[in-house]
Amino acid sequence: MEITIIAETSGEGIHPVTEQLVGAASSLGGVITVLCPGGRGSDDASVISGVSKVISLQGDCFSSFDSGSWSTVMAPFSQGIVMASSSPSGRELGAQIASKIGVPIVQDITGIEPGYKVTRSVYSGKAVETSSLSSPCVVTLRQNAFEGASGGGSAEVVVVDNSSEVSVSVREAIAKAGERMDVSDAEIVISGGRGMGDPSNFSHLNEVADVIGAAVGASRAAVDSWDEIPHSMQVGQTGKTVNPTLYIAVGISGAIQHLAGMRSSKYIVAINKDPDAPIFGVADYGIVATWEDALPALKEELGKL
Amino acid sequence: MTIAVLLKQVPDTTAKITVSGGRVDQSSVAKWSTSPYDEYALEYALQLKEAGAGDLVAITCGPDRAAKMLTDAAAVGVDSMLHVVADTTEMDSKQIQSILAAAIEHCGADVVLCGKQAADTNSGSTGPGIASMMGAACVGMVSEVMVEGDSFSALRASSSGNERVSVSRPCLFAFDKASTELRRPNVKGIMMAKRKVIETVSASDLGIDMGESQVIIESHDSPPEKPPGQKFEGADSVQTVVLKLREEANVI
Ligand SMILES: Cc1cc2nc3c(=O)[nH]c(=O)nc-3n(C[C@H](O)[C@H](O)[C@H](O)COP(=O)(O)OP(=O)(O)OC[C@H]3O[C@@H](n4cnc5c(N)ncnc54)[C@H](O)[C@@H]3O)c2cc1C
Repeated sequence: MEITIIAETSGEGIHPVTEQLVGAASSLGGVITVLCPGGRGSDDASVISGVSKVISLQGDCFSSFDSGSWSTVMAPFSQGIVMASSSPSGRELGAQIASKIGVPIVQDITGIEPGYKVTRSVYSGKAVETSSLSSPCVVTLRQNAFEGASGGGSAEVVVVDNSSEVSVSVREAIAKAGERMDVSDAEIVISGGRGMGDPSNFSHLNEVADVIGAAVGASRAAVDSWDEIPHSMQVGQTGKTVNPTLYIAVGISGAIQHLAGMRSSKYIVAINKDPDAPIFGVADYGIVATWEDALPALKEELGKL
Repeated sequence: MTIAVLLKQVPDTTAKITVSGGRVDQSSVAKWSTSPYDEYALEYALQLKEAGAGDLVAITCGPDRAAKMLTDAAAVGVDSMLHVVADTTEMDSKQIQSILAAAIEHCGADVVLCGKQAADTNSGSTGPGIASMMGAACVGMVSEVMVEGDSFSALRASSSGNERVSVSRPCLFAFDKASTELRRPNVKGIMMAKRKVIETVSASDLGIDMGESQVIIESHDSPPEKPPGQKFEGADSVQTVVLKLREEANVI
């Protein structure tokens, strides 16, 4: 059986989720080919253990994201089970490839077994769906839900120079304000809510984040109230879904729409001054305290490790 | 020139979801709403219509109860409504996309706006899949769209921030949350909407033979219950929690 992986890239290299895609593919058994759009990350991909072949797609269309033209080039190379990350671009590209090769797609799976039984979270985390797929098909995988493959491989890299007409032209790139890590990428996320009182107080979250290499997120109330807190930081139903090993919620009440984006985190810590805040219902470790008291102590304790 | 906005009715984000007999029990959902991202698509579709980009049709595929959502859309200004009556709960991505693509063609629309994903299936396949079927330019993660002469300018999220992109017809925009206010219907709009007729069709009226679903849902289950957590009083407990994160949870 063949498995085709659409590499998720980050800058000129590979994004760590690509190793997780290979890990999941290896657990099914099969011949694994990795497609690298724009050739980005080809060398990184070739050393992931379990990869048989890397196709470095160097066509002009890969210089900016256009799922329509990218998928036109990628579809002929998309054999068997096609796997991509369930990042926004992975979902979009996956859906276009599925449509072009005429197969269904199942997005954002958190488990896959031989015989293609997949599990995923539906109704914003309020139910889990198990379904069986026919092969071939496209699946996108939730980041951090699968064990990553290790290094040590040596796959051949084949360069293909095909392009397709671009219909989405990028006129201007508007850089993110901060250089902080994206919440969807982080192993540890610390998020602040309306309880932070003022956007300037997010500096206290940043300080803790710096000690443990965490990304900083926010509730919708924080994003909607304060211009300084961009939507790219929002976790929840209408923000990002995160799946870190540790999620620390500070001054966040725990509305159902916030939980939708973070309840699958492996461990949840809540810091809230209200002992009855619903966030304590999902927290593994709850601390009833104000952030003013708790964050300096947290920074200090984490600094000791 | 016609603009289509695709709307899906989903359980309200506050609604409790219960599972019975291996399926989410639709009949126990207390409140149905338009999927949140679709509301942003609708708002921008109205703005495009007001800017003269075309007439606006709202399209849904869903059971009878979804008609209310179309009437609500008419109350804020959509010109016409198409309801493809079907039960979508067991359909795979190909089936739902082929119905909606046919519905769009039926309405003669060449500009399509939709949400980036629905709040029930949480997938995000429909927009890009339809764009592919229509041969339309696809722009996802959109938070703003404007008409500029014959083309459109959109703001979309990118890995490094945002990008302003431009596309020509045919094109499809899949909306992320936007910072715009959503409009609410006024009394006049509600009265007018009551008089508007929803065109109601079936998949076969649109000439669609959906075939069998290739994704078989085996079961729905409630998410696994988490064991109750531990709760500590006061900032002094931070030390204890950090220790537990290290020794019990092994995460730091
Ligand atoms: C369709 C829809 C989609 C939505 N999508 C999202 C989403 O994606 N993400 C999201 O987060 N929300 C979302 N919401 C909003 C959600 O319903 C809540 O309004 C929001 O999550 C509340 O944010 P919050 O917890 O920061 O604020 P609040 O609910 O106001 O809670 C603030 C908390 O801070 C605590 N607090 C106050 N002062 C302190 C202090 N000094 N120290 C410690 N704690 C303190 C309070 O006890 C309280 O619990 C959505 C809502 C709807 C209707």
